[in-house]
Amino acid sequence: MTAGTMETGLAGRSAAFPRLRRALSGAGPWAAFGLILAFLALFLLIPVGMVVYTAFVNETGGLTLGHFGNFFEQTVFRESFFNSLIVSLASVFFASLIAVPLAYLTVRFEFRGALLIQTLGVLPLIMPPFVGAVALQLIFGRSGSVNLLLNDWFGFTIPIMDGLVGVIFVESIHYFPFILLNLVAAMRNIDGAMEESALNLGARGWRLFRRVIFPLAMPGYLAGAALVFVKVFDDLGTPLVMGVTNMLAPQAYLRITSVGIDDPLGYVISVIMIVFSILALWMAARVMKGKDYATLQKGGGALQKRRLNAWEATLAYGWIGFVLLVTLAPHLGILLMSFSKVWSFSVLPDAYTLQHYATVFTDAGGMIGNTLLYCVLSAGLDVVIGTAIAYLILRTRLPARQWLDYLASAALAIPGLVLAIGYLRMFKGVNLPFTDTPVVTTWVLIMLAYAVRRLPYALRSCMAALQQVHVSLEEAAQSLGATRASTIRRVMVPLMAGGILAGFVTSFITAAVELSATILLASAQSQAPMSYGIYLYMQSISGRGPGAALGVLAVVVVGLGTYFSHRFVERSRATVQSKQG
Amino acid sequence: MQRSILAAALVAGLAGLSQVASAGTVTVLTSFPKELTTAYQKAFEAQNPGIKVEILNKNTTASVAYVRELPEGQRPDVMWASAPDAFEVLARNKLLQPAPDTVNKSAPTKIGNYPLNDPQGLYYGQALAGYGIMWNTRYLQAHKLPAPREWSDLTRPEYFGHVAISSPSRSGTTQLTVETILQGEGWGKGWSQLLAMMGNAAAVTDRSFAVPDGVNNGQYGIGIVIDFFGLAGKYSGFPVDFAYPAMTAVVPANIALIAGAKNADEARKFMAFTMSVPGQQLLFDPNISRLPILPYSMLKAPAGYPVPQDVAARAKVQFDANLAESRYQVVISLFDQMVTFRLKELQAATRAIHEAAKALKAKPSAQGSELLAQARSLAYTPLVGEANVQNEEFLELFRKNRRDVAVSKQLTGLEQLWASKARENYERATQLANDARAQAR
Repeated sequence: MTAGTMETGLAGRSAAFPRLRRALSGAGPWAAFGLILAFLALFLLIPVGMVVYTAFVNETGGLTLGHFGNFFEQTVFRESFFNSLIVSLASVFFASLIAVPLAYLTVRFEFRGALLIQTLGVLPLIMPPFVGAVALQLIFGRSGSVNLLLNDWFGFTIPIMDGLVGVIFVESIHYFPFILLNLVAAMRNIDGAMEESALNLGARGWRLFRRVIFPLAMPGYLAGAALVFVKVFDDLGTPLVMGVTNMLAPQAYLRITSVGIDDPLGYVISVIMIVFSILALWMAARVMKGKDYATLQKGGGALQKRRLNAWEATLAYGWIGFVLLVTLAPHLGILLMSFSKVWSFSVLPDAYTLQHYATVFTDAGGMIGNTLLYCVLSAGLDVVIGTAIAYLILRTRLPARQWLDYLASAALAIPGLVLAIGYLRMFKGVNLPFTDTPVVTTWVLIMLAYAVRRLPYALRSCMAALQQVHVSLEEAAQSLGATRASTIRRVMVPLMAGGILAGFVTSFITAAVELSATILLASAQSQAPMSYGIYLYMQSISGRGPGAALGVLAVVVVGLGTYFSHRFVERSRATVQSKQG
Repeated sequence: MQRSILAAALVAGLAGLSQVASAGTVTVLTSFPKELTTAYQKAFEAQNPGIKVEILNKNTTASVAYVRELPEGQRPDVMWASAPDAFEVLARNKLLQPAPDTVNKSAPTKIGNYPLNDPQGLYYGQALAGYGIMWNTRYLQAHKLPAPREWSDLTRPEYFGHVAISSPSRSGTTQLTVETILQGEGWGKGWSQLLAMMGNAAAVTDRSFAVPDGVNNGQYGIGIVIDFFGLAGKYSGFPVDFAYPAMTAVVPANIALIAGAKNADEARKFMAFTMSVPGQQLLFDPNISRLPILPYSMLKAPAGYPVPQDVAARAKVQFDANLAESRYQVVISLFDQMVTFRLKELQAATRAIHEAAKALKAKPSAQGSELLAQARSLAYTPLVGEANVQNEEFLELFRKNRRDVAVSKQLTGLEQLWASKARENYERATQLANDARAQAR
C-alpha cells in the first residue's frame, strides 16, 4: 500500500527495467493527479470546509480552538466516544465471524449455489434506511415475531435489539458484506501454486488456511474490515433508530440539526470523527506496510476447489443457512410488510393484500430509473477515480500521492447533511453552463454527492486489487513493447477486474440507499430516487405498506444488478480460461 | 473517460431540466406525509387548471436549512408544517412574507387561548392538533394492562418499560406536549410528573413518527403523540386507540408564504385553498385524520370525530405561547441532559423505586417510607428551579450566539453540570430505594 512495499519488491528488478521508471515519471500521472485533486477539492474539500469552518471560528469570525476545549470538558462526549469505539470494534469482530467462513466455504469448496450464496450475502447492504430497522424490530424487537414465539413457548425473551448490543447486532449483519465482497475478490486472486506448494510441504486444513490462504487474502480482508470500522464509527441511522444517543455520530447530528441554533460543537464532533476515520484507515495501511502480497500467476490456476464429505457438507450448509436466515431477516420482514394489511403485536400479519404494490407501481415508476441513472453514473465515476488513485499510489512516486487516498477516504466521515449544505452554499447562484438554470435545482449535485460519499468504498477495493497484481506483469508487457496506456488497458485493468467490480458494486448499492444528502439536495419530486421515495412513504401509517413494497423493489433491482455483474465476471473468467486451455 | 462521463451527466442534466418548476407551478415545502399532500395536490389542480403543484417533502430541519441556503427568487413558495418553532426561525431570518388575503375569515381567531394565526401575521393556522396518549390494545391485553387516560396514569408502576416518547429537542410537537404539562401543573410539579413518566419510558426516539409507528406494530404499548398519529392508526384498522388527557392544549399546524418565492400569486391561491371549505373537508380522510380550523357547521364531519373546540374547552391548560418561546432552549436542553442521554440511569432508579414501593406496601416501615420519599425527590426534581427559569438573565444566556467561545463554554459547562448531577442523583436514588426496600424485609 505504500512506497516501502514496492521498494522491497522492486529492488532487484527496477535496475533491469529503467524504462518503466522513466515512463512512470512522465506527464500523464501528473495530469491524472491534478484532475483528481481538482475533483476532490471542488466537490469535497471546499464545500465541507465552508461548513466545518464553523468549528474553528468565534462569533466575530476570528479563529479559535476554544470549541474543542469545551468539547473535551463534557463527560457525555467522552462516554460517547468510547461507546462508538467499542461498538465499532465489536462490529468488526462479529462481521468477520459471519463473513470469513462464508467467503472461505464458497470460494474453496465445490458448493452448490456458491454464486447464489455470495449474491445473497451482499443483500444486507441493500437495505434502504428506515425500512431495515423497522423490519428488524418486527422480527427481533421487543414484540417481534421471534420474541413473541419464545415468550409463548418458553416464557422468556431475548433483548437483542436493546442498547449498544442492539447497535452491534444490527451493524454486524448490515455491514459484513464489505468484508465478504473484498475477501472473496482477494481469495479468487490467490495463485493456486501457492496452495500447492503449501500442500507439498505438508500444510493441511486449518493450518493451511491460517498460515497461507488467509495471509495471502489479507489486503482484501483489511480493506473490508477498515471499511466496516469506519462505517460503523460514523453510522448515524442505526443508533438513532435504535434510540441510542450516547455515541459520537448521533451527538453530532443532534447538535447540527436542532432547529434554529448553529451550535459549533456539532461541527467539532464532525472534525473529530473525520480525524478518527482517517486514523483507522491509516492504521490498516500500517499493518500492510512492508509486506508484499502480489503473486505472479493470474487467471489460470486459482485456488483448488475441493469436495466436502457428507457430514462436513451438512455442517457447512447448516451454518450458511443459519447465517443467511439471520442476515436476511430484515428482507423477510419487509417482504411480509409489503404484503400485509395490518401487522401489529403478532407473529405474522393479520391479512395479506397486493394493494401496496399497485400503489407503488402507479406513482413511483420514475424513481427506479432515477436511482439507476444516478448510481450507475456515480459508481462509474468512483471506479475510474479509484483505479487512477490506486495506480498513482502504488505505481508512481509522485510526492504527496498518499494524500489523495487520505482525502478521498475522509469522505467516509463526512455526514451527508454537512456535504449537502456545503454544496448548496458553494453553488448558490451558479448556473449551468449556457443556460439560466441554477445548478442547485438539477440532479447533478445528487449524483456528485453519491460519487464523493461512496468513493472510499470503490477506492479500497481498487487498491486491494492492484496490490495483488505483481508489478512484473506490467514490466513484462512493457518489455514486449506495450505503451503505458495499453498496459493499463490490456493488462492491469483486466487483472484488477474482480476488485474493480467489487468496488463498483459496493459503491452502486450503497449509493442506492443513500438518504441524508438526498433529502436536502432533491429539489423536485421528479428527481427523487427510490431511497427518497421510501423515506416519503415511511412517514405515515398508511404509507408503511407502499414504503415496504418500494423497499422490496429496490432490493430486487439492486440485487439483480449485483447478480448479473457477478455472472459477467464469472463468464469472462471462464472464457479467459478456455482460451488458455 | 472521467471527463466524458461528466459531460454525459451534464448533457443529460440539461435534458432533464425541462421538468423543473416553470411559471404556474406552486412549490410546496412540507414535512407532511404523502397521502395528505397528494390529496391537496389533486384537489387543488382539479379546481385550478393550469396551475401545477410540486410537493417538496423534507423534514423540518432540512426544510429550514434548504430555504436558508437558497437565493431569493429560487426558493420554494409555500412552507407547510406542524412545528411552530420552524416558522419562528424562518420569521426571525426574514424568510417569510405576509399573505393576509389568504386567510379564511370564517375561522375563529383563537382556539382556546391560543391565537390561530401568528400575531405578526407571517404564518397562519391551517389545521388543529391536540396532544394525547395512544396505545396498542393487543399489547395492553397481552400484558394485562388497563388503558391510560391521564398523564399521571403513566407514572404508575405497571406501565414501567411500556411508554415511548420522542425527544422534545427533535420534535416540535413533543416540545409543545412537554410545555403543556409544565404550564398545566406548574414548573416544579410538572417536571416531577414528567420525570416519573420518563422513568417508565422504553425509549426516547429521534423522529416523532417513530413513536406511533412503534405503537402500531406493537413494539411499544403506549405512546405520547399528537392526535392525528393516533387517529390515523385507529381509522386505518390498526388495533390502537387514542385519548386526550385533561392537561392538553389544541394548537395549529401552520402554512406560510416564503419570502422571495418564485410564484407568489399561485402560491397565495394554494394557501387560500387549504383554508377553504373544500380544503378543510379533506382533513377528515381516514388516512389524514386531522382537526379542521373551520367550525363543524360548515363541514361534513364523520360521526364520533373529535371536535377541536370541545377538546379545547375541556382542556385545563391555557397555553401561553410567549412563555413557551421564552424558555424553549432551557426546556429542551434540560430534557435531553436529564432524560434522553441519561435514560438508562433514570430507568434503573425508577425500577428500584417501584420495587421499594411494592415491598413497603406489603410490609410497611416508617423508616423505609422516609427513604423512599427521599429517593423520589432526588430522582424526580428538576435541576433548574422555578426562580431560575423566571430569571431573564438566565434565559438570555440560552439565546446568545453559541459561536462565542465564552458563551459556548458557559453553556456546555451548565450542560455538563446537569448531566453529571442527574446521573449522580439517579444513582443515589437507586441506592436509597434499595435501602428502603431492605427496611421492608
